[in-house]
Amino acid sequence: MKYSVFSLLREAFRGHAGWTPAWRKAEPKSEYDVVIVGGGGHGLATAYYLAKVHGITNVAVLEKGYIGSGNAGRNTTIIRSNYLLPGNEPFYEWSMKLWEGLEQDFNYNAMVSQRGVLNLYHSDQQRDAFARRGNAMRLHDVDAELLDRDAVRAMVPFLDYDNARFPIHGGLLQRRGGTARHDAVVWGYARGADLRGVDIIENCEVTGFDIAGGRVTGLDTTRGSIKAKKIGLAVAGNTSRVASLAGLRLPIESHVLQAFVSEGIKPAIDCVVTFGAGHFYISQSDKGGLVFGGDIDGYNSYAWRGNLPTVADVMEEGMAIWPGLGRIRMLRQWGGLMDMSMDGSPIIDRTPVAGLYLNCGWCYGGFKATPASGWCFAHLIARDEPYEVAAALRLDRYATGALIDERGAGAQPNLH
Amino acid sequence: MRIPCPYCGPRGNDEFIYLGDATVRRPDPQALGASDAFYEYVYLRDNPSGLHQELWYHGGGCRSWLVVTRNTRTHEISDVTFAAGGKL
Ligand SMILES: Cc1cc2nc3c(=O)[nH]c(=O)nc-3n(C[C@H](O)[C@H](O)[C@H](O)COP(=O)(O)OP(=O)(O)OC[C@H]3O[C@@H](n4cnc5c(N)ncnc54)[C@H](O)[C@@H]3O)c2cc1C
Ligand SMILES: [Zn+2]
Repeated sequence: MKYSVFSLLREAFRGHAGWTPAWRKAEPKSEYDVVIVGGGGHGLATAYYLAKVHGITNVAVLEKGYIGSGNAGRNTTIIRSNYLLPGNEPFYEWSMKLWEGLEQDFNYNAMVSQRGVLNLYHSDQQRDAFARRGNAMRLHDVDAELLDRDAVRAMVPFLDYDNARFPIHGGLLQRRGGTARHDAVVWGYARGADLRGVDIIENCEVTGFDIAGGRVTGLDTTRGSIKAKKIGLAVAGNTSRVASLAGLRLPIESHVLQAFVSEGIKPAIDCVVTFGAGHFYISQSDKGGLVFGGDIDGYNSYAWRGNLPTVADVMEEGMAIWPGLGRIRMLRQWGGLMDMSMDGSPIIDRTPVAGLYLNCGWCYGGFKATPASGWCFAHLIARDEPYEVAAALRLDRYATGALIDERGAGAQPNLH
Repeated sequence: MRIPCPYCGPRGNDEFIYLGDATVRRPDPQALGASDAFYEYVYLRDNPSGLHQELWYHGGGCRSWLVVTRNTRTHEISDVTFAAGGKL
């Protein structure tokens, strides 16, 4: 069923009795041309573009829980393309371009909202660093504006501009950045893939790979064995575990990242604001809740929950830029599993096992990458060569030294 | 999460700084194939779901480096020893 204002009107007159499920609950077949492991945003987007762009429709997405039960449904939904390094920036900008046409493309309301992402700076040195980043963005044809204090104050008047330790000097603004509805992105890609014949198979955990003569031929799952010519991994925080089933050891650590939502309040903040003196970011959902977060907890974890020192740290940082936050109650808090890579940048590449492809290393920032990640991963799987903007996201860059280290922090995942 | 430091007793994890996997060993730079060995040492990790031996520095306490055995699924800590003169 195509969604449109006409289908909405028709259903409004019929008591909404005619809506059909947005995708089928598929049963696993014995064989596929391509199997994607992981039904998060990246896995589903990959299947969608495989079908839509490359005409490969004999595809299954295997998900161990329900689709979107991982980070895709847990993130703080910020989208932006304000990266510094040439290995990253064209990729994230391609993602931003795909976001801009996404809802029309997959005929689903993903609530993409280009409300602007404002990164605050708090010192002269930081202003220089942000000016450099803004210039790097503009060299890649990406919008960036360096705002002074007064311009920032006009946008968000209620911040603590004269904080004794972290006065706000200005900000770097990407107006095209913003937020999107994370669940709807998952559902939109799932529906679009399903409509084109892709099987989305939930409650199906991959437990092993069949490898013969260095080539993958299929996989074992909790719902039986499945043959596949090509297999793509898009399992985010579980990457090391799943890849180890194929004998791979990767430059990845799994870490927990927490996020927070306040009680709903009237519209207060109409863009995304980040605190430059630490790591804190905040926006407001359409339901009115303030959505915010900060750093990863900083130790290896598969626990899906974090600890209190990080909670305290996030709250303190929030209070440092927006003291009024102290009058608002926090409603919920949760954690997700980050696939932190050793240079803080992602990997979309082949593996030493023929027919097995890898998509991982998204760290705490892979939601914004969802469209381009799916696009580039689908291209790689279909054509066996990288899509241009993802060509630097290689697995062997750790061995060759062609790292993409935005922070310059070295091989220490909890510093990225 | 509280880490039972053998010197200071159980302390909140915010007193500690995390370094990572304690089982990787710096290879001999003179050995044959040292560059491959260094690549593995610097970048590759088992990243287990379950028991993990890891290095924590008690910067907010006795300033010892500790080898902590912790379950990454539950954050439960089963063993802590000093890194110096111990397992490393
Ligand atoms: C709290 C939080 C806030 C975040 N905020 C942002 C943000 O504001 N902006 C941004 O860009 N990014 C953000 N991120 C990061 C972003 O959510 C992730 O990088 C991204 O969602 C990862 O890709 P994915 O959607 O495919 O992952 P996931 O949704 O985690 O998908 C992986 C899937 O693989 C499945 N799986 C695992 N093992 C197996 C197996 N053996 N067999 C079958 N299936 C398996 C999992 O169940 C899971 O559904 C945030 C993350 C968190 C946790
Ligand atoms: Zn101590």
